[in-house]
Amino acid sequence: METSRDDFIIAIRSAFLQKGAAQRFSLLVLIIISVILLSLDFYKAKPLNIFRSISKDIIYRGSFIISLPFKSLDRGYKTVKTHFTFYDDYQNLKNELYILKAQQSEIEFLKMQNKELKIVISDVLHTNTKNVIAKVILDKQSPFLKSIILNKGTNSNLKKGMAVLHKKNMVGRIVEVNYLSSRVLLINDLNSKIPVKIQPSGENAIMSGEGNNLASLDFLPKLSTIEEENIVFTSGSDGVFDDGIPIGKITEIEGKFYVEFFSDLNQINFVTVINNKKEDN
Amino acid sequence: MISFNRNLYYFLLNLFPIFLLFFLVLVDFDFSFHSKKLVTFNPTYVVIYYWVLKKPEILGYGLVFFAGVINDVVTGLPMGISSIDYLILCGIASYFRNITLRPSLINDWIAFVPTIFIINSIHYSILNGFFALELNYYYLILSSIFTIATYPLVGFIFNFISDFITPRKK
Repeated sequence: METSRDDFIIAIRSAFLQKGAAQRFSLLVLIIISVILLSLDFYKAKPLNIFRSISKDIIYRGSFIISLPFKSLDRGYKTVKTHFTFYDDYQNLKNELYILKAQQSEIEFLKMQNKELKIVISDVLHTNTKNVIAKVILDKQSPFLKSIILNKGTNSNLKKGMAVLHKKNMVGRIVEVNYLSSRVLLINDLNSKIPVKIQPSGENAIMSGEGNNLASLDFLPKLSTIEEENIVFTSGSDGVFDDGIPIGKITEIEGKFYVEFFSDLNQINFVTVINNKKEDN
Repeated sequence: MISFNRNLYYFLLNLFPIFLLFFLVLVDFDFSFHSKKLVTFNPTYVVIYYWVLKKPEILGYGLVFFAGVINDVVTGLPMGISSIDYLILCGIASYFRNITLRPSLINDWIAFVPTIFIINSIHYSILNGFFALELNYYYLILSSIFTIATYPLVGFIFNFISDFITPRKK
C-alpha cells in the first residue's frame, strides 16, 4: 500500500516537476507563468496593455492569413449552394418587391410625419456621429463564443462599448480594442445583454444571446402584450448605445417569445461602427 | 547528398506535430458540423495528448504554452486559460506515460476519458468562477464526448505518421 502511494507520488513528481526528455521548461514553472498571465488579465494590468495590444494585432493578422484558403473554400461552397436555390429565391424576391413597393409610399409619408414630430418635441437627431466602416477579418463563431474581429482599432478612434451595425441593424458591440484591430461580441453570444424596446407596445426588456440565431427576452412586464412580428430596437437606457437601432423581430417558439435577428450573423463581411462617444476637449 | 535529404525529411516529419498544433490554434478549427453545430470537437486536445504521450521529445512544453496563448487571443478568452488547460493535459499525459507498462491505443483512449473531463471542468470553473463568463454547458459536454470519440481514429492516423518519425539524434 505504502509502495503504491510512493509510486504515485514519484510519477506525479516526474510528470510535473522534472524536465522531460528534450524539454527546456518544467510543467510546473509554465503552469505558474500561465496563472500569472491569467491574473494579469483578470486585474487588467495597465502596463501590459500595449504589449497585449501589439501581440493580439500580430496574432490576428497571422490567423487571418492562415485562414484565407479556408475562407475562399467556404465562400466557393456557399456560392455553389446559392445557385441551386436561384429560381426560388428569384420568385420570392419578386413577391417581396411587389409588397415593398406598395409599402414604400406609406413609409415616405410616415417619415415626413416623424421628422416633423421630432422637431416638435425637440428630439436631438443623431446626425453628427462619425461612423466607421470596418471589414471583418476573422469570424470566430464557435458554439462557445460568438465574436468577430474587425480590421480597425484605436487608429480609427474605435472604443470599447461602441455599437456595431450590419446593414443598419445592430449585430454587436466592441469589447476589445487593439491598435489595428478590435473584437466585437455578437448579440447572439451568451454573455451579450442589451436593453431593448419592443414596438408598437413600447415595452422594455433585456435581450440575452442564446448562442444560436435567436435571443431571449428577460424582465418583460407581467402583462406583456407583445406579439409575433413586433419589432425590437435598442432602448438606449444603458447610455451606451443610441436608441432606435433595429435588432430583429419577435418570434414565438413553444409559447416563449424570442428575438429573430434581422441580420444573418454568419454572413457579415463589412460593418459600421457607431462612433457616438463624445470627444474629450 | 542522400544523407542530407534523409535528414531533412526526418527533420520535417519531426516538425509535423508542431505545425499541426500551431495551425489548429491559429485557424481555430472547432470542427463543428450540422446546421445547429451540435457535433463539435477539440482537435488540439487530441494532438497535444497523443504527442506528449507518445513522443514527448517532439512537442516541447514551451511550445504548448505558447500555442495556448495564441489560442486565447484568437478565440477571445482571457490570456493564459488555454495554456493552463494544455499544460495540465501534458502533465496528465506524462503521468500516464510514466505508469503505463504496455502502451496501446485502447489504454491511451481509456486514460483520455477522465483527462478530457478534468481539463474541461478546470476550463469551465475558471471562466465561470473567476471571469463570470457564461459558457454553454451542454455544448461543452458534447464537445468532450466527441473529442473522446474521435481519439481512436486520429490516434490511428498519428500512429501511422509516428512510425515514420525517428529521433533526429540517436
